[in-house]
Formats: sequence, structure tokens, C-alpha cells
Amino acid sequence: MRRLAPFLLLPLLAGCAASQAWGWYVIDPTTPQGLTNVRFLLGGMGETVLMSVLAAAASMVLGLMVALPALSGHRALRIVNRVYVELIRSIPLLPMLFWVFYGLPLLFRAMGLSIPIDPFWGAVITLALSDSAFTAEIYRAGIQAVPRGQAEAARTIGLSRVQTMRYVILPQAIRRILPPLANQFIYIVKMSAFASVIGMQELTRRANELAVTEYRPLEIYSFLILEYLALVMVISAGVRWLERRMGADERG
Amino acid sequence: MQNAIEIRGLVKRFGDFTALTGVDLTVARGERVVICGPSGSGKSTVVRCIAGLEIPDGGSILVDGHPVAQSRPGEVGMVFQQFNLFPHLTVLENLMLGPMKARGLSRAAAEARARALLERVHIPEQADKRPAQLSGGQQQRVAIARSLCMEPQIMLFDEPTSALDPEMIAEVLDVMVELAEEGMTMIVVTHEMGFARKVADRMVFMDRGEIVEQGPPGPFFAAPRSERCRAFLDRILRH
Repeated sequence: MRRLAPFLLLPLLAGCAASQAWGWYVIDPTTPQGLTNVRFLLGGMGETVLMSVLAAAASMVLGLMVALPALSGHRALRIVNRVYVELIRSIPLLPMLFWVFYGLPLLFRAMGLSIPIDPFWGAVITLALSDSAFTAEIYRAGIQAVPRGQAEAARTIGLSRVQTMRYVILPQAIRRILPPLANQFIYIVKMSAFASVIGMQELTRRANELAVTEYRPLEIYSFLILEYLALVMVISAGVRWLERRMGADERG
Repeated sequence: MQNAIEIRGLVKRFGDFTALTGVDLTVARGERVVICGPSGSGKSTVVRCIAGLEIPDGGSILVDGHPVAQSRPGEVGMVFQQFNLFPHLTVLENLMLGPMKARGLSRAAAEARARALLERVHIPEQADKRPAQLSGGQQQRVAIARSLCMEPQIMLFDEPTSALDPEMIAEVLDVMVELAEEGMTMIVVTHEMGFARKVADRMVFMDRGEIVEQGPPGPFFAAPRSERCRAFLDRILRH
């Protein structure tokens, strides 16, 4: 059904095109101005993808660092994990973005550090931070879902704690972790639209700018939505491929 | 000769529940002990303590004269009710993991040992399959071979046939009988009384966290001394 959605959407839009509300000329690639506009809009694709990929990679590393204390026998370490997860995931993305972009440089300056934060890195840091709480929960759930008997069996054949994690638990947990992690990437891509607010020239920002100059928000934002739809469909296909592969491995 | 296992005053609690109230049990080298008793009687907890999977709250356990924590990796082999094979590895890799990682054996040496043991449990042809492709009986035999790969001094069995379909129980028990005939020290928690009669040197009956009665299988089955043991045997031998 999801695969069919854009095809169902197209005739709908085409039907609407006849009505007076629509003026598709603004993004009609057969006209010089329309082509320029389409190129301008698509030009944000690189920034959106790069921001999302970097944020997702950072979130994966950060998430593991946050998740491991949760599996520890020490109460204090588990509390550190809980506080981080509860705090980070309760902050809405936009305020966090403002805090990182406008606030953090002041904090750095007060500490005598000169670390400039441009819109790109401001957005990457915020997206990674915000997502890491969810990534950490995915890791934790994945590792805890491996039956206890696995670690017990590993112990009776003499494996150490670290060996048990490395050769028995993690290889099984990764099958449960990777698909939801890839799924989480879809959220990062969508949330990256907030970067437009701090002046990042990605997909949404470009659409905003064009809509203001061309007075054609309906067509331009429709196009924007289709851009995200295309991106997410590519990622979804990747997630399904990953799920199939992981599942096939499990069945041997 | 040193005893294989010496347990003194073993106490284990889970929260408010006392699973073992002070168990004494000595097992000689080469001896086969079968533990039976109603569920919740603490029989699994005893073998899990010996395997080092539970930390006792009191008492002591000596394996070959030294505390459990100091035993050589894999010295005490354990077979679980749910097999607990590693699903992401092939049968052969399941067997090779312990010898290679915990003992530092070369890949070739570990593989030779693993193949020899698969031969011994009668499934050499399954070496390259994943556990999920095997029947329950075959999986449990792989689990036995995986423990044997570590050259254990003692083998513990925690209800090894309870999760199996009836037609697969015999093939697992056969392997265990063979193991007993080769002189392995064994502690077996089971309700398979036919097996017990055949291989046990001693029967142990547990109830409510303590050993109620123990002795050679002949008199144990013919004339149990305690009322609790008689009632239990009546229940499981009725059919």
C-alpha cells in the first residue's frame, strides 16, 4: 500500500491541477524558470541527507555508550542511564535546537573556549542528542531480549563476561537492534526539517524561501512533501531488506 | 580418593522464598546421582549452584576439593532443559566456541575435537546446520557434546528431557547412558525413572528445599522410607 501511495496521489494532484487553486507552472521543469525552481528545491537534498546520516551515526555511538550502563550490575550506573534517557527524550526538538545553536556557544565562551556552532553542526548535534535516548533504549531492549539461558550456557563452557557479550549476546542482539535502528533513521530525516529554523539550507528551508518569493505555497510544499516521501521510501526499502536478511540469518 | 563434589549446609534464597534450607550432598568420582522431587523442591537450584549459575546465600560447595569460583573453565559441564544452544552459530561452531575462546585451542584442534564428539552423540552429519534446523532430541545431544568439548570432570543435567517430544527422549537418554558407562561423574535432575533405575548409583529425593531421603535405587523404589517420597513416587509411577 505504501508503495502505491504516490501513484494514487499523482492523479489526485493532476485532477486538482485543473482547478484554479493550483499553478504548477512554478515547478514545471519544461520552462526555464520552473527548472531553476525545481533545481533550487532539489538542491537541499544533499544537506538533508548528510545531516541525517551524520546525526544517525553519532546517535548510534552515543546510544551504545548510554545503553551499556543500563545493563550493569551497579545501581548508580543504571541511574545515570535512566536520568539521561528520561531527560533527553522529554525535551522537544525545537527548544533543544535553540539551546544548542544559540545557548551552547555562550556557554563555551564563558568556559573560555571558542567553538563556533554553525547551523549545520548545530542541527547534527541536536538531532544526534535527541535521537540517542531512543537509540539507547533500542540497544538495551535488544540486548535484554536475548534469553538468559544464552549467557548461562556461555558461562558453563567457560567464557568470560566480555567473551560472552562479544561472541554470544551481541551477535544475537544485533539482529533485534538493526531493524528498529534503521527505522529510527526515518525519524531523523523528518526531524531534520527543523534545521530550517536556524537557517540551514536544506529541503524545507529552500521550500520556505521559494514559497515566499513565488507566492505558490500549495505547489511548492506539495513538492517538498513528495521529496520527503521519496527519501523515506528509499530508507523503508532498506529497512525491509535488512529485516529480511536478519530474519533469514536467524532461520539459518 | 577426593570427592567430586562436597556440599555442606547449602542455603539459597530468592527474595522471601527459601529455595534451599541447608543441603548436604557428597558425590564420589564416577558416581551417578539422580535427583528427583516435586517442582519447586530445589533440585534445579542445587545443580545451578554447583554450576556457578546461582550464588549461594550460605554453606559451601567444593568441586574436586576447591571452591566453585576457582574451578577450571568448563570443569563442570551443564545440560539445560531448554538446550540453550547458540542460534547464530552452526552446530560445529557451538562446540568449538568454548575450546577456542576459553581454552585457547587452535581452530583445527577445536574442530577435530568437536567432530569426534558429534560422532559420539551420533549426529556427525549435522555439523554445519544451525540449531533451529535440528529436532529437539538432536539439539539436546549437541548441547551434551558442547559441554563434553570442555572435558568436564562432572556433568550436570537439569531436566534434560522435559522439553522434548516423547519420541525423542530415548535418543537423549541413550547418549546419557553411554556417558555413564564410560565412567563420567553425573548429577541428573529428572523424572525419567526408567533411566534412573538403569544408571543411578544413588537416588536423592528432595522436597521443600531439603534432601528428604537418599539411597541405592533398588530399596529407594521398592520401599521408600518417608511418606513424602512414597507419595511422590506413587504420583509419577502411577501410569
